[in-house]
Amino acid sequence: MAFAFPDAMSLTEVLSLAVAAVLVNNYILVQFLGCCSFFGVSKKTDTAVGMGMAVIFVMALASAVSWAVWYFILKPLGLEYMQTIAFILVIATLVQFVEMFMKKAMPALYSALGIFLPLITTNCAVLGAAISNIDNGYSFIGSMVYGVGAGVGYTLAIVLFASIRERLDATAQCPKCFEGFPIALISAALLAMSFMGFSGLSIW
Amino acid sequence: MKFSEQLKAGVILDNPVFMQTIGLCPALATTTSLSNAIGMGVAATVVLVCSNVVISALRKFIPDKIRIACFITIIATFVTMIDLALQAFVPALAASLGLFLPLIVVNCIILGRAEAYASKNKVLPSALDGVCMGLGFTFALVLMGFFRELLGAGTIMAGLSDLLPFLSGIIPSAGFAVPGLSANPAVMMILPAGGFLMMGFIFAALQKIMAGKEDK
Repeated sequence: MAFAFPDAMSLTEVLSLAVAAVLVNNYILVQFLGCCSFFGVSKKTDTAVGMGMAVIFVMALASAVSWAVWYFILKPLGLEYMQTIAFILVIATLVQFVEMFMKKAMPALYSALGIFLPLITTNCAVLGAAISNIDNGYSFIGSMVYGVGAGVGYTLAIVLFASIRERLDATAQCPKCFEGFPIALISAALLAMSFMGFSGLSIW
Repeated sequence: MKFSEQLKAGVILDNPVFMQTIGLCPALATTTSLSNAIGMGVAATVVLVCSNVVISALRKFIPDKIRIACFITIIATFVTMIDLALQAFVPALAASLGLFLPLIVVNCIILGRAEAYASKNKVLPSALDGVCMGLGFTFALVLMGFFRELLGAGTIMAGLSDLLPFLSGIIPSAGFAVPGLSANPAVMMILPAGGFLMMGFIFAALQKIMAGKEDK
């Protein structure tokens, strides 16, 4: 074969990758990926949890499939420049398939996550994870860990943020011009600052 | 609709970022400096105009049921072209925009305009709509980028002359240093948290202005 697969990763590498994806390089609060849905679906904690679960699920699948598409189709054929087009189509198709499959086979899960699935196609976090996996040359296992880790990080951030927002809407008093979206952004800033504290964890 | 009205709608009344709160990811992530903001804004505008034109021209041939997939394919094509062009001609900018360059494809503004405007209107108005909305997006990014760079790095227009070579005689490559700020910049503002903070303050200011207008 004219091309090489990425090297296998040791357990330590995989572990530090997971920590980095969840906390240090948190997708929303550090890398700004998936901000639209972060602000859009974070008004209530239970919808935030649902969205988070759906993102973890789709990200894991998308990481695996896009990795395969890259190393088995695009790279051997020398079509690297088709990356963006190929990945977005793969993700869109995948989400559609997952939706149809879940509707038929897992109606309970579908009723919980179904409404979030179409939203995920245009969630930049999923495409971002797929492209990052390739850019960083992760192995297949590494890609899966990174995908799931980034999804868990997304869920953590959105659930934390939704809980803050619930309290903010219910009890907080703030200047009139800050009411609603601006104060949500300011609290996201505070949350992001607290996540900066994790940056020391990247010494591994 | 007249062009002036479209322009007013795109830049102010329906500004994608400030009024419709879409396209927040690039607005937060690529606005650490004015030159990055301009680069991102222009790249997204070019994609928006091109995709609006093609989608509008093909609007009678695209089957309704698979229109979203068709739109995404068309948008992704232009994003790839811009991505490759920037990597070839302005590699520094391509490197600093990084992941967010291919991610223009999932920018809600572009798909949103395709769905809401280009798929229902003729080619010329769609192109103008793309220009206006793109300018609105660029305006929002420039506003964010200017203040974040000013507070976070203490400079104005650093790196802009690398992006636009014809300015190199006027603007120094490192930009204009602001006395006082450049020695002790509030580094927080160019870190991720500062993006949220700056956007929060801009939105608050907008609400204040809007409330003031309603009172009159």
